Amino acid sequence: MKYVDEYRDPAQVKALLGEIGRVVTHPWKLMEICGGQTHAFLHHGLDDMLPGGIELVHGPGCPVCVTPLEQIDKALMIAARPEVIFTSYGDMLRVPGSTVDLFNVRAKGGDVRVVYSPLESLKIAQANPDKRVVFFAIGFETTAPPNAMAVLQARQRGIKNFSVLVSHVCVPPAMEAVLGSKHNRVQAFLAAGHVCAVMGYHEYPPLAEKYKVPIVITGFEPVDLLRGVLAAVKQLEAGKAEVENAYERAVTFEGNQPAQKVMGTVFQPVDRKWRGIGMIPQSGLGLRPEFESLDAETRFSVGEIVTQESPLCIAGEILQGLKKPPQCSAFGRKCMPQSPLGAPMVSAEGACSAYYKYHRDVIYG
Amino acid sequence: MDDLDFIGYTCPVPIRPTDTVVLGHGSGGTLSRDLLNRLFLPELGKAAPRALDDSAVVVMDGQRYALTTDSHVVSPLFFPGGDIGRLAICGTVNDLAMSGATPVALTCGFVLEEGLSFDILQQVVKSMQDAAKEAGVYIAAGDTKVVQKGGADKLFINTSGIGKINDGINISGANAKDGDVIIVSGTIGDHGIAVLSARENLGFETKLESDVAPLNRLVQAMMNAGEIHVLRDPTRGGLATSLVEISEQSNVTIELDETTLPVKPAVKAACEMLGFDPLYVANEGKLVAFVKENDAEKILGVMKKNNYGGDAAIIGKVIGVGKAQVRMRTAIGGTRWVDMLPGEMLPRIC
Repeated sequence: MKYVDEYRDPAQVKALLGEIGRVVTHPWKLMEICGGQTHAFLHHGLDDMLPGGIELVHGPGCPVCVTPLEQIDKALMIAARPEVIFTSYGDMLRVPGSTVDLFNVRAKGGDVRVVYSPLESLKIAQANPDKRVVFFAIGFETTAPPNAMAVLQARQRGIKNFSVLVSHVCVPPAMEAVLGSKHNRVQAFLAAGHVCAVMGYHEYPPLAEKYKVPIVITGFEPVDLLRGVLAAVKQLEAGKAEVENAYERAVTFEGNQPAQKVMGTVFQPVDRKWRGIGMIPQSGLGLRPEFESLDAETRFSVGEIVTQESPLCIAGEILQGLKKPPQCSAFGRKCMPQSPLGAPMVSAEGACSAYYKYHRDVIYG
Repeated sequence: MDDLDFIGYTCPVPIRPTDTVVLGHGSGGTLSRDLLNRLFLPELGKAAPRALDDSAVVVMDGQRYALTTDSHVVSPLFFPGGDIGRLAICGTVNDLAMSGATPVALTCGFVLEEGLSFDILQQVVKSMQDAAKEAGVYIAAGDTKVVQKGGADKLFINTSGIGKINDGINISGANAKDGDVIIVSGTIGDHGIAVLSARENLGFETKLESDVAPLNRLVQAMMNAGEIHVLRDPTRGGLATSLVEISEQSNVTIELDETTLPVKPAVKAACEMLGFDPLYVANEGKLVAFVKENDAEKILGVMKKNNYGGDAAIIGKVIGVGKAQVRMRTAIGGTRWVDMLPGEMLPRIC
């Protein structure tokens, strides 16, 4: 398949691995930000093929994993209401809230629907004027532009029975939180290529400079990932800390400006709690005041939610790259995809689910 | 910013075991198996041998018969390449064929929703008749129930079937042997993606068609060509789930070669976009066979000549006994573990 197979070319992979092997002289810890990258490393078996000294530390870039429990509980409350059609990206349905997940709400009669685009939610709203249609607007800068577009279109087309439950998060503040932690062990970043396709990478030079850390914009196919690793290792070996683009075919310095404009029209930076991590200032996107009437939280007055987290799951440390899934005593034993204890085991981008799917040999041999 | 102390931050409370049936219980993956093991088998399966193959083997007066049943609830009723009627016949015919049986007769039970048009029902019934004729089986008995509007989604069909297993045939998920060669009869994931794109109106430019087809004649030709140990039609849960089941039933280690898996470019592209893996996408006209190593090429040759086996390919081998495991050699030379589908397959977010 064009645009895929050439980036999974075994000969190029071999050549890149060889080059990385020749360059590396020290052990280095690289964090791939995006859960999609974590899954790609493990799906292709690439993590085991890297030269011994290079350790991948899996980052917090899993939108499902970091959506705070409060927001999920709000989603569950809204979705259970009889007059509501609750729409969401599929991946959110299995994430446990304090008590149940959206699958259970659906099984008990809630009208919960998977959509592939927020614009589908708008169509559902138009087709069901007697219902109140809510879209769960979560994710990073990748999903924020389409979600913002849905809000704009609802406003422009006067669709009154549509609202959004917003829980967007942004990558650069999370990187800064990782770097600023006293437990940080990350020495270089493979930045999330898809996020950079939207946002560009003009946000990164101050981070690279302040924390003296190489940041390499990296794609998702094996050749892309290895190019990212090679660039990061070369910088580390040379004592450099620069921002470098190893995903040129998709990413420019400025990014996708029309998309950024739509985001900026609808959303503004807000403090956001990250599930498993905690509050990170100005790390989220919320609706601007002029779009408050489209905010499901005010429409449904869900109020304060009291949540309780469990000591069993170490998702916070996983999302920070402080520990790896097999270091969790529940991994693969009490915590499995069909009965997850934490969101990283649920999501298609969660590190625990990646290890469970592709690497269970680490516990079962 | 305050320094965040990440140690001690935790993820959610364990989710309670669900007290209701969720859609994932019907996905054919781990949740389906949990339901079977926790509820159905302890209550209803006490007397039956626990083979857990696509059909059960019952013995009457020394003759072995395969017996199976399957309910069909697809939406939409008509999809590119097939419809619920063809699906209902082929599903049961194939389940019988996977025991090496010659399908003989089927029954069918209809659950109709009030308001269903006769025109639709007529088309479905015609399609069932066509599929039955193609498979060489007949409908021996039937039943109809009508429920009020909202009590069912238009039309559900249950089919049961019986087939005869000839002497000398010994095919079961528990019969995989060390060194067996694994053959799949064609491209994987066609049905699941065709139905999904029709249901969700995904608007892919390439027309994808379901592979729904009766495979009993293909199986007959394969059995004539060589020694077959395991047959399974990888429907819900996809090829990966079937292979994991077989590895567990036979307690063998399976190694697959990613480069040999037949996948249509359109299916591959759709899966890349949606975040699916073709290994987990449903098929309705494909089978996977574990065959004696020396007979593999001959059986493959016969398959390729059949209408429903043109794209057949050898995809892996049984590389050991005593450890139930499915491993994949990836296209770039790595290795990964292959697991069952846990519940419903969900499109990823970004």
